[in-house]
Amino acid sequence: MDEDVLAEEEAMLNDIISGIGKFEKERGNLIPVLQMIQEKHAYLPEASIKTVAEHLEIPACEVYGVATFYNQFRFHPPGKHPIKVCLGTACHVKSGDIILENFERKLGIKDGETTPDKEFSVERVACVGCCALAPVAIVSETVHGHMAPSKVEGLILRINMEREKAEREKQESEK
Amino acid sequence: MTEKLHQAFNAIREEAEARRNAFRESPVPKIHIGMATCGIASGALETKSAFEEALAERNMEAKIHTVGCFGHCYAEPVVIIDHPESGFPPIFYHEVTPGKARMLTKLFLEEGDPRFEHVYGATEMNEMIPSVMEFPRFNQEKRVVMEKCGRVDPEDIYDYVAEGGYAALVKTLGLTREEIVREVQASGLRGRGGAGFPTGKKWELARQARGDRIVICNADEGDPGAYMDRTLLESNPHQVLEGMMICAYAAGARKATVYVRAEYPLAVKIVKKAIRQAGELGLLGKGILSSDFDLEIDVFQGSGAFVCGEETALIRSIEGHRGMPRFRPPYPVEKGLLGLPTITNNVKTLASVPAIIEKGADWFRSIGTENSPGTAIFSVVGDVIHAGLVEIPMGVSLRTLIFDICGGIPNKKGFKAVQIGGPSGGCLPADFLDTPIDFDSLTEAGAMMGSGGMVVMDEDTCVVDVSRYFLDFTQKESCGKCTFCRIGTFHLLTILERITKGEAREDDLEQLEYLSKDIKDGSLCGLGKTAPNPVLTSLRYFRDEYEAHVREQRCPGMMCRPLTAFFIDLDKCARGCDICGGCCPVDAVFSTKNRKKAIDQNICVKCGECLVACPPDYSAVRKVSPPNLAPTIDRPEK
Ligand SMILES: Cc1cc2nc3c(=O)[nH]c(=O)nc-3n(C[C@H](O)[C@H](O)[C@H](O)COP(=O)(O)O)c2cc1C
Ligand code: FES
Repeated sequence: MDEDVLAEEEAMLNDIISGIGKFEKERGNLIPVLQMIQEKHAYLPEASIKTVAEHLEIPACEVYGVATFYNQFRFHPPGKHPIKVCLGTACHVKSGDIILENFERKLGIKDGETTPDKEFSVERVACVGCCALAPVAIVSETVHGHMAPSKVEGLILRINMEREKAEREKQESEK
Repeated sequence: MTEKLHQAFNAIREEAEARRNAFRESPVPKIHIGMATCGIASGALETKSAFEEALAERNMEAKIHTVGCFGHCYAEPVVIIDHPESGFPPIFYHEVTPGKARMLTKLFLEEGDPRFEHVYGATEMNEMIPSVMEFPRFNQEKRVVMEKCGRVDPEDIYDYVAEGGYAALVKTLGLTREEIVREVQASGLRGRGGAGFPTGKKWELARQARGDRIVICNADEGDPGAYMDRTLLESNPHQVLEGMMICAYAAGARKATVYVRAEYPLAVKIVKKAIRQAGELGLLGKGILSSDFDLEIDVFQGSGAFVCGEETALIRSIEGHRGMPRFRPPYPVEKGLLGLPTITNNVKTLASVPAIIEKGADWFRSIGTENSPGTAIFSVVGDVIHAGLVEIPMGVSLRTLIFDICGGIPNKKGFKAVQIGGPSGGCLPADFLDTPIDFDSLTEAGAMMGSGGMVVMDEDTCVVDVSRYFLDFTQKESCGKCTFCRIGTFHLLTILERITKGEAREDDLEQLEYLSKDIKDGSLCGLGKTAPNPVLTSLRYFRDEYEAHVREQRCPGMMCRPLTAFFIDLDKCARGCDICGGCCPVDAVFSTKNRKKAIDQNICVKCGECLVACPPDYSAVRKVSPPNLAPTIDRPEK
C-alpha cells in the first residue's frame, strides 16, 4: 500500500517537473505555474513548491509566500466529491452559513477539511454568480440552488448510495 | 489607407451577414437559450439537451442558438422561441425545465400552440401576445453596455459582427489617437471599477507617457455579491475586446491583458476563445485590418484575492508577487507593470467605449446625469422579486430601481435597507430611496458605487449582521501591509461579533466609531480606507438596531442566531404530528407528555427548518428574540 502511494507521488512529481519545463524562467510565470500544477492535481503537493522554486531560481519561501497569499491555492488534496457552499452576500442573507454548518455536521469535518476516507471535502466560496437562486451549494460541479438544511442529508446520501452501488457492481463483476 | 481598412473589414462583415441571414431565413424554428453561469446553474444544459432529444425523437429540425445572459436571473433558464411558421412572434419563456422543454417541443414547435400559461411575453410588439417591453423590468432599463448580451452567441465572433460589432474599431483606426482620446474625454465616461475616475483623462496621461504602454482590463471582480463583469465576459466578450483595442490604439499600446479571476472558468474559456477568433480574422496581431496598428491580448488568471482588484496590487500579482498595493504616486499610468505606463480599466468601462466611438460623445452624454453620464449596471439581489443584472441610466432613483424595475420586496414584507457597493459600500435606509443613483450622490449618502453589488434587505434582515459579514470578508482579505487595516479590521470584527452574540459592552458602539475613523486614516489603499463604510453607515442610520443588540440582547431582524430562539406553541401544535421532528438535523425536537412537540433549547442550532416544515394550518413554530422569550420545557428523561 505504502509503496503504491510512494509510486503515485513520484509519478505526480515527475509530471509536475515535465509541466514546469514548458514555462520560461521568469518571475512573472510563478502564478501561472502554480495554477498549472493545481489544475492538474487539484492541490499543490509540498514537494512541488521546491521544484517550482528551483526552476524559477527563487527561494522556496518566496514561492510558499505567494502561494499562501492567494485563496485559490490549496495544500491538501480535496475530496472526490468537493462540496462548495456559497457564502457570498446574497447567500449570506439567505442563511448560507446554516447550510455550511449542516454539511460540516453531517460529514464531521470543518470548512477547508477533507473526510478521512477522502470522499468529501467542504469549503466556502464567494458568489458563484447565481444569487437569484440563493442559498447555493455546489456538489461535485453541480450547482444546487434554493438549498435548505433538510436537503443536505439527501445530497450526501445520494452520493454514498451511488458509490456503494458502484462498489457492489464492481465486486460482482470481479466474481 | 482607410480604403484598405474598409475593404479588409467589409469582407468580414459580409461573411457575418451572410451567416446571419442564412440563420434568420432558414424556415425552421430557432431556440435561443441563455447559457451563462447563472443559466447553467439553473439547469440550462439539461434544458438544451431536452430540446435536442425531443426534436430528434420527433424527427424535427430547429436551430439551437446558445446565447449569453439576458440579465433576468430570476427567470433562468430563459429560452426564446422564434417559430415563424406558427404565426406567433418570438416568445420569451422563463424557468424552462427539461420537462417544459419537451412539452414546448411537442405542443408549440410541432403543433403550433405556444401554451399561453407558460408564456412570459413576446419579444416584440404585436397583436396576439403582450410584449415583454410592456414590463418595467424591460422598458425602464437602458442597455448600452449589455445591449448585445443575450442576443449574440459569445463563442461566435461573426454573431457579434452581424450585430454591428467591431464597427467602432474600424472607425477608430481611421482617426488619430488624439481624436479618440478627445472623444472619450468629451463623453465624460467615468471608470466603472468603483472610484469613477475620468477615463479620458487616464488615457490622455498614458498617451503622453513615454515607453511601451500596456492596457489591463480589470475583471477581478472581488465583491462577493457582484457578478456583472463575469456576465459581460461570458455573454459578449468581443465588446470588451473591442474596447480594449480602442483603448490600446488611443494610448499607443501594443500589449494588453485581461485579468480574470480563476474562479470564473467559463469566462476564462470564453475570453480565450474570443481572442483566438479575433486573431484569426486579423482583428488582433500584427497590422490589424491592414493598418499599422499591432496588438496582442493575453489572459492572466487572478488567484482569488480581493485586494488584487486594486490596480497596483493587480500589477504586483501579474509580476509574480503577493498582491500588495503600493503607494501612489507614481500612478500606474506613469509607472505600472514592469515599470511601464499602464492603463487599468474595468470591464464595464471598456465595454462602454465602442458605443461612444460609434455614436459619439454627445449621444453618450444624453444618457445619465451631468456628472455621471451613461449607464450603471447593478446586480440586484437579496429580497427582491426580479433579482438579476439591471442596466439603468445614471440618475434613476433607488426607488424606481428596486420597486418598479425589480418588482419590490417579495412576500408582502417591508423594505428595511439596501446595501450598495459591497464591502466598501454602505447601507442606506428607506429615507434614501429617492436618492438618484450616480457616483456623487451615493458617495454623499455614505454608500459608494463600488462594484455595483446591491443587496436589498427586507424587515427580517439584520443590518448589524450584514455589517459583520462584510467586515469578516475585508478582515480576511486585508493583505496585511497596513497595521490599521490588518489589526483594526480584526478588532472591528471582534466587536461586531460580540454585538451579534449579545455579549456587547457598554462602550462598544463608540469604539466602533473611533476605530473606524482610524482605519480610514491609517490605510494605504481603498480596501482599508473603505472597509469601515458598512459599519459607519449602518451605525449612522440604524443606531437603534445596534442598541437593541447591545442593551436588550435583541435582534430586531431576528437573524443573529445567538439572539433568537424557536419554540413550539403548544396550543397550536397538533397532537401526534411529527413533521418538525422529522426535519430537525440535530434531533432537538422531542415529544411532550401529551404527545405534542417541544424544542430542546440546549441542542437546537436554530436553522429554522421546523418553522418552514410546520404545516400552515398549525403554524405552531415561532421565532423570538431575545431568546429568553421562549418558554423552557424540560425534555423527559429517556
Ligand atoms: C480593494 C479594492 C478592490 C478593487 N476591486 C476592483 C475590481 O474588482 N474591479 C475593478 O475593476 N476595479 C477594482 N478596484 C479599482 C481599481 O483599483 C481601479 O481603480 C480600476 O480598475 C480602474 O478602472 P476604471 O477607471 O475603469 O474604474 C478596486 C480597488 C480597491 C481599492
Ligand atoms: S452570493 Fe451566492 S451565488 Fe451570489
